[in-house]
Amino acid sequence: MAKITIDGKTVEVKDGLTILQAAQEIGIDIPHFCYHPALSIAGNCRMCLVEVEKMPKLAIACATRVIDGMVVYTQSEKVKKARQAVLEFILINHPLDCPICDEAGECKLQNYTYIYGPGHSRFEEEKAHKPKRVPLGPNIVLDVERCIMCSRCVRFFDEIVKDPQLTFTQRGDRVVLTTFPGKRVDNPYSMNIIDICPVGALTSKDFRFKERTWNMTAVESVCPGCARGCNVYLWVRNNQILRITPRVNLEVNRYWMCDYGRFTYKPVNSDDRIKNPMIKVNGELVETDWEIAVETAASILKSVKPDEVAVLGSAYATNEDNYLLQKFAKSVLKTKYVDFLRHVKDGDEDNFLIRADKTPNSYGAYLVGVRSNNGFGFNEIVEGLRTKKFKVVYVMDDDIVLNDEIYSLLDEVKVIVHATNKNKTVEKADVVFASASFAEKEGTFTNFEGRVQKINIAVLPKDYEPWMLYKPRKFGEVKPNTGEINKANLALSRLFKFGTQFDRWASGERRNVKPSWWVIMQVANKLGAKFTYASSSDVFKEISETIREFKGLSYDLIGDEGAMINKN
Amino acid sequence: MTQTKIDGRAKTREIKRKANLNLLERLYLPEIFKGLSITFRQIFKPKFTFEYPDVKWQPPASFRGRPVLVVDDETGVERCVACGLCARVCPALAIEVVADETELDKERYPKKFEINMLRCIYCGLCEEVCPEEAIVMSKEYELVFTSREEAIFGKDKLLTPASKLKDRLEFLRKMR
Repeated sequence: MAKITIDGKTVEVKDGLTILQAAQEIGIDIPHFCYHPALSIAGNCRMCLVEVEKMPKLAIACATRVIDGMVVYTQSEKVKKARQAVLEFILINHPLDCPICDEAGECKLQNYTYIYGPGHSRFEEEKAHKPKRVPLGPNIVLDVERCIMCSRCVRFFDEIVKDPQLTFTQRGDRVVLTTFPGKRVDNPYSMNIIDICPVGALTSKDFRFKERTWNMTAVESVCPGCARGCNVYLWVRNNQILRITPRVNLEVNRYWMCDYGRFTYKPVNSDDRIKNPMIKVNGELVETDWEIAVETAASILKSVKPDEVAVLGSAYATNEDNYLLQKFAKSVLKTKYVDFLRHVKDGDEDNFLIRADKTPNSYGAYLVGVRSNNGFGFNEIVEGLRTKKFKVVYVMDDDIVLNDEIYSLLDEVKVIVHATNKNKTVEKADVVFASASFAEKEGTFTNFEGRVQKINIAVLPKDYEPWMLYKPRKFGEVKPNTGEINKANLALSRLFKFGTQFDRWASGERRNVKPSWWVIMQVANKLGAKFTYASSSDVFKEISETIREFKGLSYDLIGDEGAMINKN
Repeated sequence: MTQTKIDGRAKTREIKRKANLNLLERLYLPEIFKGLSITFRQIFKPKFTFEYPDVKWQPPASFRGRPVLVVDDETGVERCVACGLCARVCPALAIEVVADETELDKERYPKKFEINMLRCIYCGLCEEVCPEEAIVMSKEYELVFTSREEAIFGKDKLLTPASKLKDRLEFLRKMR
């Protein structure tokens, strides 16, 4: 342990830490560009200069290790002047692009210039001109003029994904960030460099110019792209998700997520969403209201005997949905045929984040009881369909039509389905419940390791108002333990908050969708059950009381970081 | 005199009145003629009203009429780069900007630019914050609409050539 004094605060820190890390531990933010907690130390931006007693010159805080008895000043006159000089130097060739730059609002250079900068420029000459709008690969656009050569992106490819794809060429003010000759940036994790770029040099092709950062509300959620369950922010404007960025969780995804995961918002916004519940009238699906849809489903289920109905849960649905479905199947429908489909793409995984299991909650669905007991699983259900054993198939949030045979077999039975988007199973359905997507409901996913993580409402369904969900957030608050600007604390988009029905910018589509647990509760109660859950947390409370693995867990305990299930 | 309870609390306050009017004042008629003579004198003084709408007032350059988007005379495209600062600063949330990419050098342009004139309070903050001098307050003060939809001005109504806004642009440069 080393005892050091930073700005008059004496603190004992571990040996081997740098001054910057020690300062962050006690909540002092030292400005920096090239330092990133997950990357090696480059020490090239010189922004983190601090004054250390008995050192002849200023030292860079990111690369100077703490020594017992060290006395550090981060706010002295000398340091302030050095910071102004560094910023002035970086800004010499940095274009005044802020009005058109996507990074504006979450730009480290912009923020630091505002906080520490000299406020004016003495540079009257022509700025260096370099290539702009360079497509680096399928997802990334590079603006070399804006680059401040921090080399974070280069180090990311070298160290994190171990697939070098970027490098600097030339020197001095002519230095250019570029790919190797004839190569493209196409690594499955490439878009992380957009997030770690401290300026707007690397921008997303998908998100380019879509919206200014301060107009969006960021909501904590979990990526539904695979069983890893990367922690993410969903960025919402006018009730539409515009982008997904990773949220730091050192236990799950650290600072990263894959490119595939960033596009998992597309189905939520897509045109093939089911916006209202539907029932089949004269062979065609027509939109109706919830009352009638639930009534129709109940009348179909009323006439069947136990074991004449097959129930399929989903690895895409939450723990709560799956729990209530299996409870409904076992106690109300009294069927043994309960299972869910696994969507495993063998070989499509790596040892970093991407998992072969392409669903977010297959472990959770299994744990809460959606599983086949001794030969009553999916294969037996298909076999049962062949032998015309079943009268009704109840499918929640999944597409069970894996091949043409199942497609035609579904003609023989009544099909009740919960679905977010149109699919093959929906085509065969007699009742379709418009299901809330992962962005439209509250609930929990259990990832492959058994970590229970919470998803939140980001896109408002019809029966929700903004004030029911959002807590006030502070602008640009710095998370002391990472030094990165905590994007979730951006101010709640005021356009969203103050919009009225007469404002076009607040008239984003609200779909008449419901979480599956609510629908199951309605149907079950029509069939004589007495389910009284007011919210998904009520369902989760019951899970934590009845399922051994979930004992002791609660939404409060899960929080933003998630919590492990009891494995023993 | 006792004031009525408005806020629930009883309050007594003396209301002072000019008491003891003299005889002439109490007679009433002399005062009437006094007032009429003032009115009568005005007839021979120069007029300072306009016969609106036949004659229209030309506002000075400092006047803040409805905000418009400046179209550059040389290039023929709007100066706006859709940075959204006007929308951010607007205290009445009247402005909505949707950006898109353009092949031009400015890279970014407003695909949609709408000002809800029912919300606009003519404060001119959008003009002040604009980094491109792209949105300025015009001299136009006649705004009539018959529905809410009509009151939302799109790019078709907002785009104005810089030559028509010379006064204001010069004024802004002078005041900078």
